[in-house]
Amino acid sequence: MGGLSADEWGIVALSLKVGVVAVIAAMPLAFGFAYLLARGRFPGKVLLDAVVHLPLVVPPVVTGWLLLLAFGPNGPAGRFFENLFGITFMFRWTGAALAAAVMALPLMVRAIRLSIEAVDRRLEATARTLGAGPWRTFLTITLPLAMPGILAGAVLGFARSIGEFGATITFVSNIPGETQTLPLAIYAALQLPGGDAYVLRLALVSVLLSLAALVASEALARRAGYGKGGHVL
Amino acid sequence: MSFDIDITLQRGDRLIAAAFSVPAGITALFGPSGAGKTSILQAAAGLLKPQRGRIIAGDVVLFDSATKTNLPPEHRACGYVFQDIRLFPHKRVRDNLLYGWQLASEERRWMALEEATDFLGIAHLLDRMPRTLSGGEAQRVAIGRALLSGPRYLLMDEPLSSLDVARRGEIMIVIERIRDELGLPILYVTHDREEVRRLADQVVEVGVG
Repeated sequence: MGGLSADEWGIVALSLKVGVVAVIAAMPLAFGFAYLLARGRFPGKVLLDAVVHLPLVVPPVVTGWLLLLAFGPNGPAGRFFENLFGITFMFRWTGAALAAAVMALPLMVRAIRLSIEAVDRRLEATARTLGAGPWRTFLTITLPLAMPGILAGAVLGFARSIGEFGATITFVSNIPGETQTLPLAIYAALQLPGGDAYVLRLALVSVLLSLAALVASEALARRAGYGKGGHVL
Repeated sequence: MSFDIDITLQRGDRLIAAAFSVPAGITALFGPSGAGKTSILQAAAGLLKPQRGRIIAGDVVLFDSATKTNLPPEHRACGYVFQDIRLFPHKRVRDNLLYGWQLASEERRWMALEEATDFLGIAHLLDRMPRTLSGGEAQRVAIGRALLSGPRYLLMDEPLSSLDVARRGEIMIVIERIRDELGLPILYVTHDREEVRRLADQVVEVGVG
């Protein structure tokens, strides 16, 4: 890894930042959806399930364009965030994180939902008879038992985030030092002649990061005990 | 302390009706599998809501459809010992035992950890994880967990059925001592005549209706 230049390290660091922030931002939403889908009984559940999974199947360029409409300077969500928190997304790394979060959400929801469904509800009833109210039962029984799956979802979402390309380049463009994550840097280098060694190095880093994340998430999922296979994908 | 139970329960498309009034001691709810014995226990614990009726333990109304009273399980102070044991798999034996104890108020606790572990002979298991326990050990821990939560009465759902014959005798002695030394009222579900003969002070027959 000593072979990376300062610029290349900058790209890796930006990718990691975008990945971490995307996962942190998506987690509350992912957990909420996962809990609703695992435990909820309400009309429109099938529809919610489909909508949550949309980013998995819609062309990423469409997702990026929709983000542009919603979170651009004139979009309703964009204005809301700028007025309330002073956060803008256009051509910023925050936008790259947002795009990554949206693309990672379905994978995170899937992993967390499986882990919540695997929690034995009889143990929750047992906690109630021992004097724990619903919230304490959730915090001391449900959450710890689902934790390996939640971590697996986070790692999986992180891997998806640092690999995100289509929605990111559509939404926040390809700006070195601001929105140029690993895949975008590789894409830019491929447009220029003579960048083969550079592309190879960045591609290698990409593959290693993704591999590490996948191994970690599978190991965590196996601990959560999703049946024999333990696959979250 | 007495139990005064008169309820109608809906389970799927079946109606289960039970009406009995019993004094303290061990009351066996006796009947064939599928008669609804477990449902009656779950109603007493607040895990199942009856269609109508009332459940009174001593001077506390746990459920009364007429006054829309329905205490949540965590306020009923029942110690539930399950057929399938249900220790918390992510907590050591010590933390399983103390789970209810820590939640109980000072005046509701009537047993300390050391008393419970001596009483049940499980002091050497405190640092073990539940998955490493034998069936008999796990059931004793589950009984200890229920006792430590400061219950006013025990609900036991076929506590011997998941054990082999040798362990059954061992747990039966524990249950007799709970009755004789601790004086705790017990609703005891079983379909085994031998258990009824040996343990029960009174029997409520639950039939398939």
